[in-house]
Amino acid sequence: MVGTGKYRDNETMARAIEASGAEVVTVAVRRVDLDRSKETGILHHLDPNRYVLLANTAGCFTADDAVRYARLAREAGFNEFVKLEVIGDQETLLPDVQGLLDAARTLVKDGFKVLAYTNEDLVTALRLEDAGCAAVMPLASPIGSGLGLLNPYGVRTIKHRLTVPVVVDAGVGTASDACVTMEQGVDGILMNTALAAARDPVGMAHAMRLAVEAGRTAYLAGRMPKREVAVPSSPLEGMLD
Amino acid sequence: MNDSIDVMVNGEPRTVARGATLLELLRALELDPRAVVVEHNRAIVRRPKLGDVTVAAGDAIELVHFVGGG
Repeated sequence: MVGTGKYRDNETMARAIEASGAEVVTVAVRRVDLDRSKETGILHHLDPNRYVLLANTAGCFTADDAVRYARLAREAGFNEFVKLEVIGDQETLLPDVQGLLDAARTLVKDGFKVLAYTNEDLVTALRLEDAGCAAVMPLASPIGSGLGLLNPYGVRTIKHRLTVPVVVDAGVGTASDACVTMEQGVDGILMNTALAAARDPVGMAHAMRLAVEAGRTAYLAGRMPKREVAVPSSPLEGMLD
Repeated sequence: MNDSIDVMVNGEPRTVARGATLLELLRALELDPRAVVVEHNRAIVRRPKLGDVTVAAGDAIELVHFVGGG
């Protein structure tokens, strides 16, 4: 999954999305610019037959706002899916867990398929699953930070305990971050800034595609156990006197 | 009686013709009704109904669409 924000131009965005191999593409809901000083609409750059478009509630700080945005998005869009964000802190953009759960319950009741952006707290993730969310999206690190996967244990535990898909959203900065994230066994990653803010977004998108595939394949292959002591790889027998 | 009324569109004051429908408002703003979602006093108005809803003085209208986001 990839986002569509912050690209320097729409052509670069379209090429980066293609290179990423993403199947799901996120968009945001905002006011139309009435004086036409800039063209902000994005739909004509994205083929809805090719990508599943996933509207978000980014920028919402209350459950009520998030529900309002989700309903507008459903009206504008093509499906019942919404990436639910209820932000609790301006500086870190970390989620407001109480507002998130309230909004998730309301939207599920309203027929939405909710993908909930949350932190890496297991209990919150379990509550979101109980609330009927279609997927839970723990962060790797704060949105747009590029700090990578700060709490592999937390994300791994959520994946281990939940039945619904777990997609890591936010914080992945480069290919190694994506690889390590996928090695935790999660079902996918949503990234935006890592591509949009790279010097070469298309090149980074390609690297991310390989990294996600590598991480997933390594997870399925099962890594060797870590040891605190060396174990020789070459035979001890047959050494010269 | 004045022929125009004051409403708020996307948070900004606008003057529209008295008795105008939401569809006529979109036309006046040169917006394609298929490309925007209309919220009228906090209630979403579906596309087929845009021609049935008349705008009243003081109404709050939001016109939204999809933009780039993560």
